[in-house]
Amino acid sequence: MAEPLLAIRGLAKRFGGLQATDGVDLDVVQGETHAIIGPNGAGKTTLIGQLAGDLRPDAGTMRFGGRDVTALDAPARSRLGLARSFQITSIFRDLTVLDNVALAVQAHAGHSFRFWRSARADHALRVPALAVLASVGLDGRADVLAGNLAHGEQRRLEIAMALATKPRLLLLDEPVAGMGLEESQRMVGFLGALKGGLTIVLVEHDMDVVFTLADRISVMVYGRILATGTPEEVRANAAVRKAYLGEDAAA
Amino acid sequence: MGRRPRAVVVVAGLLLLALVPPVAAALAQPFYVDLFRRMMIFAIAALSLDLILGYGGMVSFGHAAYLGIGAYAVGILGFHGIESGLIQWPVAILASALTALVIGAISIRTSGVYFIMITLAFAQMLYYLGISLETYGGDNGMPLRTRSQFGPIDLRNPYAFYYLVLALLVLFLLLGARFVNARFGMVIRAAKSNEPRARAIGFSPYGYRLTAFVIAGGMCGLAGALLANQTEYLTPDFMHWTRSGEIMFMVILGGIGTLFGPVIGAVVLLLLEDVLSAFTAHWQIILGPFLVLVVLFAKRGLFGLVPDAGGRRG
Amino acid sequence: MSVLLVLEQGLNGLQFGVMLFLMAAGLTLVFGIMNLVNLAHGSLYMIGAYLAATFFGWTGSFLLAVALSLLATLVVGIVVELTALRTLYERDHLDQVLATFGLILFFNELIAILWGRAALYTGVPPALAGYIELLPRLRYPTYRAAVILVGLAVALLLYVVVARTRLGMLIRAGASNRTMVGALGVNIRLLYTVVFGAGAALAGLAGLMAGPIYAVQPGMGEQILIQVFVVIVIGGIGSIHGALVGAILVGMVDTLGRAFLRPVLSTVITPTAADAAGPALASILIYVLMAAVLFFRPQGLFPPRG
Repeated sequence: MAEPLLAIRGLAKRFGGLQATDGVDLDVVQGETHAIIGPNGAGKTTLIGQLAGDLRPDAGTMRFGGRDVTALDAPARSRLGLARSFQITSIFRDLTVLDNVALAVQAHAGHSFRFWRSARADHALRVPALAVLASVGLDGRADVLAGNLAHGEQRRLEIAMALATKPRLLLLDEPVAGMGLEESQRMVGFLGALKGGLTIVLVEHDMDVVFTLADRISVMVYGRILATGTPEEVRANAAVRKAYLGEDAAA
Repeated sequence: MGRRPRAVVVVAGLLLLALVPPVAAALAQPFYVDLFRRMMIFAIAALSLDLILGYGGMVSFGHAAYLGIGAYAVGILGFHGIESGLIQWPVAILASALTALVIGAISIRTSGVYFIMITLAFAQMLYYLGISLETYGGDNGMPLRTRSQFGPIDLRNPYAFYYLVLALLVLFLLLGARFVNARFGMVIRAAKSNEPRARAIGFSPYGYRLTAFVIAGGMCGLAGALLANQTEYLTPDFMHWTRSGEIMFMVILGGIGTLFGPVIGAVVLLLLEDVLSAFTAHWQIILGPFLVLVVLFAKRGLFGLVPDAGGRRG
Repeated sequence: MSVLLVLEQGLNGLQFGVMLFLMAAGLTLVFGIMNLVNLAHGSLYMIGAYLAATFFGWTGSFLLAVALSLLATLVVGIVVELTALRTLYERDHLDQVLATFGLILFFNELIAILWGRAALYTGVPPALAGYIELLPRLRYPTYRAAVILVGLAVALLLYVVVARTRLGMLIRAGASNRTMVGALGVNIRLLYTVVFGAGAALAGLAGLMAGPIYAVQPGMGEQILIQVFVVIVIGGIGSIHGALVGAILVGMVDTLGRAFLRPVLSTVITPTAADAAGPALASILIYVLMAAVLFFRPQGLFPPRG
């Protein structure tokens, strides 16, 4: 089997008395959509932080596309093709929607030590940015200040920014958080269309979304991966049912 | 005011500045040429601070240090017989930029309160250094034997000097406007707006911030060279941190993050100081609370009140 | 350069250090708990110095002057907190810096109006005049020795309060997680006022002790404030422990540097060069120290948030 796009071995992170990540091994295969689920406090957010490069693990390694990226910070990982969206919407609120996405394009278009030409008039940035905006349905809102968008639109902008960096792997932290039913379904449809071409790692609480999109699921409990497998395998796994799904069966 | 009120204000403002000398001559009040020239010099300093403060979010409370370095470059070179502005002024810019490089390299690795305190501390360090330079006057400072020589342009002619400063101001406004809208400026602004987001899409802000810091330092250094020529005297007080506070106040009062706002701020603040000091020697007791009130209630500043092209304010 | 001279300067360094600590402790507490950059902290120091000198002149009793000026500075601090600073807690650091800068201008000018711009004479109180003999042949001014003792006593007191009392627990909790402390139902406003008052009292204490040693004039607060910033940055913003270590370090480096750098330099370079370079280098020594610390640890030596 070819080397997985993302390979994590023995990742560990401790905060004072709490072992938030306790020896995580995880493989994400190229082209798959891999969901990470688990109860609150399982350590998913800490794991995402370490995958994205915001947090330094205490131990363990991370390989991305065959390279050891354990010591690389977030910008470096982004430049290697690892894009992310944030759980709590994180955009440039005081810049326009188009600016937001154009910046993502710009970050991957060489250095930015250019002092004269207006970035807003730069077709090399505008054209790809508008294309990405069109794909998430925000091209009509290009000139609106990002802070003035509705919540669901802002979540879509997050995805657009991640996509504009032409990533190999997309790390999505609760992409449908706070979205209404209709918007969630549209987002799921959109993400489904991305499958196959793009590798996606998805942290999500909404089980419908997870079972619709995921090729494989990893269940995290107390900082460790309890089980990994296809949705059917995970559904059937007794330990998982006990630790996690069992509590939700009534919900 | 049309669809671009801010542009109108800018043009009107610059035109008014251009008209000061003939009006002053007509009124036989040459003092105004002096006063407005001083305002424009501080406008350049404030403008340079706005680049990193308003657009970059870097609260550098030691910006006056570059004013001092530029002034001392002119003064020290003049002291040793090098009076050509063509040497003095580039040295002033270079010395300030280099100092900014060193200070910035250390400070920009920090953020928030650390950054404020560190820039303040380094600036004060330069102030103390200036005081200890006995050869160049120590804490009394020293006079400038002659204004910088530029061959055909005689800075002793108040009008020539005035229009030179105005030309430089316009130049820096233009350059600044291009910087902040170019790719470089967008990175700085993104990093200010949401640093984790900027990093997540692939920007490492440090190099860009440092570059902006150096550019701002160099620009302020030139303002320092101009100031030395203006006052024909230089003292370590140019670098005192209260001077940094004054410049920052100009940026806020005029309108932070607008480039032209600082120009307005410099004019208004210096006018205010001039008027108040005629009333009482203790004018700072009025200025202090005024500053507090501006910060609490009028943070957008004067230029911030003028709607910009999209109808957006502030 | 005798051993006795080094010891004497070392004691001076310690004395300067404890004064820096008194200022730094208050400032770092206020920043750590309330996330407030307060440039006007130096003004409280100045007010303490002026009030102490004035009360001493009125009453002739040193103890009374100390008590009154401490109380008065505390009151001024609390009034400033309740009126001007409350609104700043929610604001960003730039706003806080500018607003407290405005307060500095106001206080400096107020002092100048009330007392004039010339330095105020403050003598050493008679009870503490003279010298004590620490070692045979080492005489040290009693007053400075007293300052050292008071400073160390306050450091000990602060340690006891912060490490062993409920208030101290709240302070430590607040320094590492402000919002959580509020969420636990603690009366945050009261905590803030208490902390700020304590900081004001500490600054006032430093100020009243400073009178006989340093020049009492408008602007004296800012002179020491910058050095206090250096202390806090080196020690780690929000850490009292860091403030103590930083203060002693800065106090020693500055004092010993000013005393010995020129003679030390003149052993390696010509005396005239040392005469020029010595004082200049000595005046920037603590900033070089700060830069060096930051190079290796941008968060300072003992950052409380780890």
